[in-house]
Amino acid sequence: MTSILTAFVTVTVIGLIAGVLLALASHFLSVPENQKVKEVRECLPSINCGACGYNGCDEYAKAVAEGGAKTNLCIPGADSVAANVAKVMGVEAQDVVEMVAFVGCNGNTEATTKTNNYNGVNTCAAASMIYGGPNSCKYGCLGCGDCAVDCPVSAICLKDGIAHVNPNICIGCGLCVSRCPKGIIKLIPQIAKVAVMCNSKEKGGPARKKCQNACIGCKKCELNCPSGAIKVQDNLAQIDYSKCTSCGICADVCPTKCIHKLNQNA
Amino acid sequence: MDAFKSLVIIMLSAVFVDNYVLTRFLGICPFLGVSKKLDSAVGMGVAVTFVMVMATAVTWPIQTYILGEKLGYLQTIVFILIIAALVQFTEIVLKKFIPALHKSLGVYLPLITTNCAVLGVAINNINESNFNFLQSIINSIGVGLGFLLAMVIFSGLRSKIQESEIPESFKGLPATLIAASFVSLAFFGFGGIIENLFK
Repeated sequence: MTSILTAFVTVTVIGLIAGVLLALASHFLSVPENQKVKEVRECLPSINCGACGYNGCDEYAKAVAEGGAKTNLCIPGADSVAANVAKVMGVEAQDVVEMVAFVGCNGNTEATTKTNNYNGVNTCAAASMIYGGPNSCKYGCLGCGDCAVDCPVSAICLKDGIAHVNPNICIGCGLCVSRCPKGIIKLIPQIAKVAVMCNSKEKGGPARKKCQNACIGCKKCELNCPSGAIKVQDNLAQIDYSKCTSCGICADVCPTKCIHKLNQNA
Repeated sequence: MDAFKSLVIIMLSAVFVDNYVLTRFLGICPFLGVSKKLDSAVGMGVAVTFVMVMATAVTWPIQTYILGEKLGYLQTIVFILIIAALVQFTEIVLKKFIPALHKSLGVYLPLITTNCAVLGVAINNINESNFNFLQSIINSIGVGLGFLLAMVIFSGLRSKIQESEIPESFKGLPATLIAASFVSLAFFGFGGIIENLFK
């Protein structure tokens, strides 16, 4: 009886000491959290989608309150959340930048060839499972129109074997982005004037052989961009729209014309 | 001089011969989970070393002066309790005084609570090796460094694996596990070296 009692008392005492120490430590050594961070955090919708470019709402609130991030980056929250965040921070409210879907591939039937004859179920998801699809370029649009089926406002049409989004109809919901098995469709700002029409991560030579309109990763755009908004990663030019000034120089210097000028608001 | 020699032997054998990850297969979860990138592998290794030394510094006196022979059977549960509390305490202290280190260790610090290598060191120092306090501390530093070494070597190997062309069926975890077995096999080559080093 005494042995179980000593064991019981020993563990309880050790646990109590550890607990009291922890409680004291958390009380006396706690780091005061920025009040602004808390207030901004309460404005945000707490869905942790990451659309703002930060790891969840906590990180974004911290970035706004301490790092001076923009107040209009919460896309699901739209203008009302942006207005609240701006009020907490005491700055002028800015509208949320509206996004549209964009198909980053120009590998139409003229530019690409077929490597096999696909006769299966006519969906991109099924076609991409067999040798990555029938097209010569394994990164490109399959043209079966999974995205068009999903589009709630019928903004996507199929032309010459690739999908096109009509930016005037698109509401930027992003359903097509997650549906595309090749990850070609991206959301870009509605005001963007240039976009890369290629998704191929192959080296210049092979990419060009498989598709005449492919990005060959020559870095001409990267070198000529005055605001440093374009980076060539994995043999593919990528535009950082937060830096892009829509000057259009990249589209002019691109030797394969895979960077297109857009006239969305026309 | 002999005392110093024995400490060096303890340290070296903990790093190379008795490497906890590669020879004793303790702490495999972070070894496979956090070794994808070099910087996170180093962060985890440093955090584990730190907690191991702290845990040994606390558990050795508790075992010797409180539990002793009579309450020896309480060792496991008391050690787990202490290590968990210690990790929490370390986190609070780091957050207050060294926020940069706290941020770089990030989520790895709380994860160490359940790392069996830490518990393994604390128990083996007492049950298996009968070390005194100084030897225990040196041994846990060595084990921590061995863990760090294994993590760094393996993260280098994994970045090589990612770039190479592997058959479809071996991609991902199978190739990783085979690579881990090779590293482990390589470490068996250290067996017997330490004894002959100081002859």
